[in-house]
Amino acid sequence: MPAFQPLPDMPPPIASRGAIGWVRENLLSSPLNVALTLAALYLIFSFVPPIVNWAIINANFAGNTQAACTAGGACWVFVKSRITLFIYGFYPADQYWRINSIFLLMALTFAPQFFNAFPYKKIFGIFALIGIPVVGYVLISGGMFGLQHIETEKWGGLMLTLVLAYAGIIAALPIGIVLALGRRSEMPVIRSLCIGFIELWRGVPLITVLFMASVMLPMFLPEGVNFNKLLRALIGIILFESAYIAEVVRGGLQAIPKGQSEAASALGLNYWKSMGLIILPQALKLVIPGIVNTFIALFKDTTLVLIIGLFDVLGAVQSAITDPSWRSVSTEGYLFAAFCFWIFCFSMSRYSQALERKLYTGHKR
Amino acid sequence: MTERDERRLASSKPAPWNDPKTRAVVFQALTVVVVGYVFYVIFQNTLYNMERRGISTGFGFLHNQAGFGVLMSLIPYNETDTYGRTFFVGLLNTLLVSGLGIVFATVVGFLVGVARLSSNWLIAKVAMVYIETLRNIPLLLQIFFWYYVVLQALPSARQSMSLGKSLFLNIRGLYLPAPVLNDGAGYIIFTAVVAVIAAVIIAIWANRHQEKTGNRIKVLWLNLSLVVVAPTLVYFIMGRPVSLDYPTLQGFNFQGGMRMIPELMALLWALSFYTAAFIAEIVRSGILAVGHGQTEAARSLGLRSGQTLRLIIIPQALRVIVPPLTSQYLNLAKNSSLATAIGYPDLVSVFMGTTLNQTGQAVEIVGMTMAVYLTISLSISGFMNWYNKRVALVER
Repeated sequence: MPAFQPLPDMPPPIASRGAIGWVRENLLSSPLNVALTLAALYLIFSFVPPIVNWAIINANFAGNTQAACTAGGACWVFVKSRITLFIYGFYPADQYWRINSIFLLMALTFAPQFFNAFPYKKIFGIFALIGIPVVGYVLISGGMFGLQHIETEKWGGLMLTLVLAYAGIIAALPIGIVLALGRRSEMPVIRSLCIGFIELWRGVPLITVLFMASVMLPMFLPEGVNFNKLLRALIGIILFESAYIAEVVRGGLQAIPKGQSEAASALGLNYWKSMGLIILPQALKLVIPGIVNTFIALFKDTTLVLIIGLFDVLGAVQSAITDPSWRSVSTEGYLFAAFCFWIFCFSMSRYSQALERKLYTGHKR
Repeated sequence: MTERDERRLASSKPAPWNDPKTRAVVFQALTVVVVGYVFYVIFQNTLYNMERRGISTGFGFLHNQAGFGVLMSLIPYNETDTYGRTFFVGLLNTLLVSGLGIVFATVVGFLVGVARLSSNWLIAKVAMVYIETLRNIPLLLQIFFWYYVVLQALPSARQSMSLGKSLFLNIRGLYLPAPVLNDGAGYIIFTAVVAVIAAVIIAIWANRHQEKTGNRIKVLWLNLSLVVVAPTLVYFIMGRPVSLDYPTLQGFNFQGGMRMIPELMALLWALSFYTAAFIAEIVRSGILAVGHGQTEAARSLGLRSGQTLRLIIIPQALRVIVPPLTSQYLNLAKNSSLATAIGYPDLVSVFMGTTLNQTGQAVEIVGMTMAVYLTISLSISGFMNWYNKRVALVER
């Protein structure tokens, strides 16, 4: 008797596999779903083709003046002719190399962080925290090592946005951590001071903080002492953001079981050692998403300095589109600024998600 | 054992500089002294600087005549009114835009958040593009975009877009019919208030009844009809005392009706759409946080999908949603201060801008403005904490 020979399995019906199956499953599974798909398609077709037409097909890229914009679409000539203003502000053109080298230095410092195999990541990280602010200050401000001094009034554009965000982040993080520790301290005076500080800055809008820094701070200082406008704005931003960082870090500290600090005490570690070696590394790892969220918010908030008269990338765009030699180029200008911010914020959020996945070490048994 | 060792063992108390309690007292005393000294120096410097610049102190300026006009005010205001009144004009405008913004942002945010979870791939992707675009672009930029790009592209008054001859949109703003209250309109409002209170009482009674006996009394339709029918009846009994004042085009401009100025529209749209992107993510995380087993259990008990959503999923999702939603409401209220960039007359723009420039009393004005926002923030978070406590999971 011949042995039973099973026939090979039939493939699933054509309607439930491949592209057709995917469409049936994801777009057309029920009458409601069909309606939703049609609505979404309508939305896409009423927005995307006109935008593509305007931004690419009918757009002007060549030329230097308004006269070159004849095709009826976007006038990218405007962005092209003003790009140095948008990036460097009023920084003298023969000194652009200083800004460019600090951009390059930042890129070289941050790029290796994305590769797991790179061996000196820690050194580069420490350099990013301490080295870049120092080198950046020397290079951008000048006045030392034979570099021409450039007053902060001439700083502007994307470069100023990055200066504000970077300095704000570097300074707000340690202050925020100290405030969070203070808020959980067992000493009532220190605890209430920290709570008061945090709640005050979290309860008011950044604009009022910037106004305070620009009109009230000079009154608080003794005669003769005067900070320039940029430094005052920076102080306002740091005070404001450190309160937010403090609350994020506090969340992380609360999530660490008490057993961890008890174990540290049992090992004979003092407060600072147990915090620095046991508690904070775990707490900070837990709150990376929150910290990056705060950084993204800070990056976007730097635009507010234009209200007190500083000239960040949005301020540069805003002033360039009111130039009478260009007409109706506001959309192009705003899109350029939006694109700058979007690239930075979106990559920060994606980097934080990657970091979160990489550092997900605990909770495994 | 020497005598000294014995004495050391007898008292387990450490030396004072090693005792945590003593150290804590010393540290705190030092902190108080340092902070107090810093405040003292700041206070002295401020007094000295103000005297040197000839700035008067105190809140007397609030009674002086302001002498400037304001674009939009909810209470009667003109140039002869005082700085104190400009403060209230600005405050009310801030509250108006924050309140409307919170409502719009919640509605849009919930819709986008649910869309982001849709099983329909296209809808989910459209929602994702919306979220990732709007939340990664600064709010100020979005306000500028709405104000200088979108609203500038609107037609003039003569070519305005209209909806059913009562709603008109043009470059000067959005024109809406305004309700006019004639004699007897008060009774309608009174009836409406009474009906709402009665409906709430009935709902509470029905819930108590259900908790006691397990039987659910259906009061939804009763309550809806009470709230709708009673004021309508009074409206007809009183001889229709409320009429609508429609905007009409006369010459180059509209007369009558209500006008929503472009500054308010730009600010409101930007605030709502921006915050909605954040609320959408909060809603998504809240819904995802309710385990799928909950849906399955509800289905196995025989609940229909609407009941599952209303009685099982949403109450549990709200626990996750409410605390971060509170922060978004706070952010929206605080972000409304960006109004000053496009000239919507909010508190910051009217009071901290124009009034500060005219009087120069920086300390009082910045202090008052900050105090207002602090009060708004603390009351929103207080209310939401109270609400959160009611919906929070009660554990042992």
